[in-house]
Amino acid sequence: MALLSKKDSKLILDPLADNNPITIQVLGICSALAITAQLKASIVMSISVIFVMGVGNIVISLMRNIIPSKIRIIVQLVVVATLVIIVDQVLKAFSYQLSKELGAFIGLIITNCIIMGRFEAFALGNGVWRSFLDGIGNALGYGVILIIVGFFRELLGSGTLLGFPVLGDPIAKSGVYSIGYENNGFMLLAPMALIVVGIIIWVQRSRNKALIEEN
Amino acid sequence: MEHLELFFKSIFVDNMVFATFLGMCSYLAVSKKVSTAVGLGAAVIFVLTVTVPINWLLDQYILQEGALTWLGAEYADYDLSFLSFILFIATIATMVQLVEIVVERFSPALYNSLGIFLPLIAVNCAILGGSLFMQSREIESFALALNYGFSSGIGWFLAILAIAAIREKIRYSNVPAPLRGLGITFIITGLMAIGFMSFGGMLTGGDDAAKEESDSAAQVEKVIEKETETAQAAVSDKTE
Repeated sequence: MALLSKKDSKLILDPLADNNPITIQVLGICSALAITAQLKASIVMSISVIFVMGVGNIVISLMRNIIPSKIRIIVQLVVVATLVIIVDQVLKAFSYQLSKELGAFIGLIITNCIIMGRFEAFALGNGVWRSFLDGIGNALGYGVILIIVGFFRELLGSGTLLGFPVLGDPIAKSGVYSIGYENNGFMLLAPMALIVVGIIIWVQRSRNKALIEEN
Repeated sequence: MEHLELFFKSIFVDNMVFATFLGMCSYLAVSKKVSTAVGLGAAVIFVLTVTVPINWLLDQYILQEGALTWLGAEYADYDLSFLSFILFIATIATMVQLVEIVVERFSPALYNSLGIFLPLIAVNCAILGGSLFMQSREIESFALALNYGFSSGIGWFLAILAIAAIREKIRYSNVPAPLRGLGITFIITGLMAIGFMSFGGMLTGGDDAAKEESDSAAQVEKVIEKETETAQAAVSDKTE
């Protein structure tokens, strides 16, 4: 981390754990949960959000002195919408199948509260380089949770990771299936995403007592 | 019938919060008290009912492939659907501003009760989600789009009302310390979502629906048979 000063590296590392956008700041849950049934979709979503947040924070930070504060929400939405259209078109061009699977949820990055939240809280008041780091850091924190949830849901739900069978073949009864293990199809259903995130919050807060809420 | 089906489907089966996780941020942040939850829920119903039909018109007459034919035959093969995100969100943002101004002018009481929630709604995923799902589900008519917006809003309203009521009660329970607040809310929402999945069997489309109809027809026939039997029995009782 010789490249970054101590203060700057804090901007990236903080959101990864103790100031995580999903589990602590409660931002960006909307699009996070619905697409985590597979690890691949989670990774693509994380990369898209990292791109949109990094570039978006730079743009907003550059314009922060010329945006009239009354219409700043519309300006922010236009910036994000433009970036998301780029992501959407790139996905459609290079990975049409995945873009179909993610469907409306790529579009919903626009209203992902994490992006607006960081624009409002950070990029409007800080310089370009620091805003960029903050954007990348928060998007990484978001991505970490997404990937953890996606990992467990795909592993326990369908016994695969990124589409490769890692636990053996459920039909031929090889690998762990030979001792009677079954896939938990329940993990693939939407409600389990919420419960997995709930458990992540539980684990995180029991390790760091300072994060426990009053009520 | 079509309207009724869409109405119940958007409220229960495809509930915005429990089936698609839309609007989760404000759902979690503003559900600490029932009174504020009701305010936000009402605002969401209102804005969805306004924006989904407008975006439907935009989609039909500007964005879709071939939608520009009303301008002239040479525009027939334009496909502007890649612009839909930016156009939808612009509509939503401007509509929210407009609605705010109109409500403030004509109904200060409603304005005061919606309060700060109206401007926040522009960035609520449920609103943009409503329009995007309207587009991807290819809703056919303006009236259906209006219905879809309104009923999804009601679904969201129900969800936030329920969780706010539960959170008010849970304050008196002994929740494990690390789960307090956010954690337990997540888990409760998950359990509620599992509960809402049971509505999935309420309306089934396509082949299943046709099968059910024939099943119910068979049942009706059976009932009629039974009735005639009992009637015959009654008649024979009387003659005896």
